[in-house]
Amino acid sequence: MTARPIAVVGASAAGITAAEALRRAGWEGPLTLIGDEPHLPYDRPPLSKQLLHGAWEPERLLLRSKEQIDPLGLELRLGTRATGLDVATRTLTLDDGERLACAGVIIATGVAARTLPAADGLAGVFTLRTLDDALALRDRLSGGARRLVVVGNGVLGCEAAAVARELGHDVTLIGRQPVPMVAAVGPGIGELLAEEHTARGVRLLTGEVAEFEAASDPAPGAPAQIGGVRLADGSRLPADLVLLAIGSEPAVGWLADPALDTTDGLGCDAYCAAAPGIYAAGDVARWEHPLHGRPLRFEHRMNATEQAMAAARNLVAELTAERAAEDDGTGEGAERPERRPFAPVPYFWSDQYGLKLQAYGLTAGADQVETTVLEHDARRAVALFGRDGLAVGVLACALPPRQIRALRAVVATPVPWEEARERVREATTAG
Amino acid sequence: MKITIDAEKCCAAGQCVLVAPEVFDQRDEDGVVVLLDAEPPAEQHDAVREAAAICPAAVIEVQE
Ligand SMILES: Cc1cc2nc3c(=O)[nH]c(=O)nc-3n(C[C@H](O)[C@H](O)[C@H](O)COP(=O)(O)OP(=O)(O)OC[C@H]3O[C@@H](n4cnc5c(N)ncnc54)[C@H](O)[C@@H]3O)c2cc1C
Ligand code: SF4
Repeated sequence: MTARPIAVVGASAAGITAAEALRRAGWEGPLTLIGDEPHLPYDRPPLSKQLLHGAWEPERLLLRSKEQIDPLGLELRLGTRATGLDVATRTLTLDDGERLACAGVIIATGVAARTLPAADGLAGVFTLRTLDDALALRDRLSGGARRLVVVGNGVLGCEAAAVARELGHDVTLIGRQPVPMVAAVGPGIGELLAEEHTARGVRLLTGEVAEFEAASDPAPGAPAQIGGVRLADGSRLPADLVLLAIGSEPAVGWLADPALDTTDGLGCDAYCAAAPGIYAAGDVARWEHPLHGRPLRFEHRMNATEQAMAAARNLVAELTAERAAEDDGTGEGAERPERRPFAPVPYFWSDQYGLKLQAYGLTAGADQVETTVLEHDARRAVALFGRDGLAVGVLACALPPRQIRALRAVVATPVPWEEARERVREATTAG
Repeated sequence: MKITIDAEKCCAAGQCVLVAPEVFDQRDEDGVVVLLDAEPPAEQHDAVREAAAICPAAVIEVQE
């Protein structure tokens, strides 16, 4: 019998990191990395920044070169989609019909951009999740000013709006929430960012999109071109291009095994295990953070890397214990790697115009937010996020790096609100 | 061990500095990574590998 591989499904940030971490953790058996995109693993954050802007070409986004991947001894299956997983036997089904019996599986399939059926079939409507999405949109943003309507004023929509504006396009940003990015950054910093966008010439609107209208004169035989966006209040925005930035859906549609909980991403325990021998990491994974006592799922680049490292380590520890149990019948013995709960200090950043936002801990789901504007015109500000009387997150806009690292320490574990306020004040007044 | 960095890709996350403060620092103005020691001593190697793996912008390359 040939040895069973560990398979990593999803060949992006979490997937490639998991593959490397499996090797570092001592997995010497076969290792398969399966990804449905045709590209070598690449990085997504620059898609809405340097790539869209045109400052970087796609090669710059590769997470690893071919030369860095080769020594991992991977069976790299690009352009291949996993279509099913039988949890009891750890068997994957692939879209070419192959069934792959695995020693263990790490699921890193991320999320997919949400779309609106009302826009189906219209040319000029984009989403922004993959390299191919970003290149298509960038192509349409080159060569002359266009009217771009960005639907969705979350982080992604705001970043894309900023780049398009810098490129000289006429940009309207429309969201359901009057304050952009409010769910991620809170009302105070959201207001500051709204001011910045307005000052740069982005039109901010609150409203609901009702329908998409085709341009009046479609070229014969070609798909109808977007011409405008009609809002629920009846108003109409003319548009040459529309970007849908309305959130994402965890890529769990292929996981139908009733042993898995896929209500919001793939449910995991504190070790990132969804079932015996089945782990998850990155945007798709919802797990029990031991310090926060509630299930969390992040769509942050940093989490993809950290969680992949944790899941890989824990899977190898589990397989080592499994093998030992088969060998000596007890599963106990000396010098076994221990599984460890995954308890990171979450981190995300966003860039808009020259402003850098950086957050540690939890900002979403807060019941208390206190924003301190340190320098209004420079948009320098810090916000503290609390829940149930404890400070759990902190977000900085345009602060120097040393202060930001000090802020991380404030929310590394949940702390009483008053104590955190004091420490934030100290961190942001120090040199 | 030899370290190279592609500082232009750095998103100023500061994770490398947390993991290996003897080897990495950040510029005061913009937080971009600064390499303090391109050929660090052996006792730093694990930390450097960890920093390279954890960097969310794939900035740090390590040649062993
Ligand atoms: C435009 C953009 C900008 C961003 N900017 C920032 C930022 O500034 N800061 C930040 O912290 N985060 C940012 N993020 C988020 C960050 O990129 C993600 O958190 C990170 O990419 C998650 O990595 P992942 O590997 O978990 O998932 P993904 O990167 O989504 O990768 C999952 C991969 O799995 C593949 N896949 C899915 N289903 C299957 C299947 N059944 N079989 C095989 N393959 C499959 C997908 O095609 C994809 O390649 C941004 C994201 C985007 C899209
Ligand atoms: S961890 Fe990476 S992105 Fe962050 S400061 Fe260091 S080199 Fe830059």
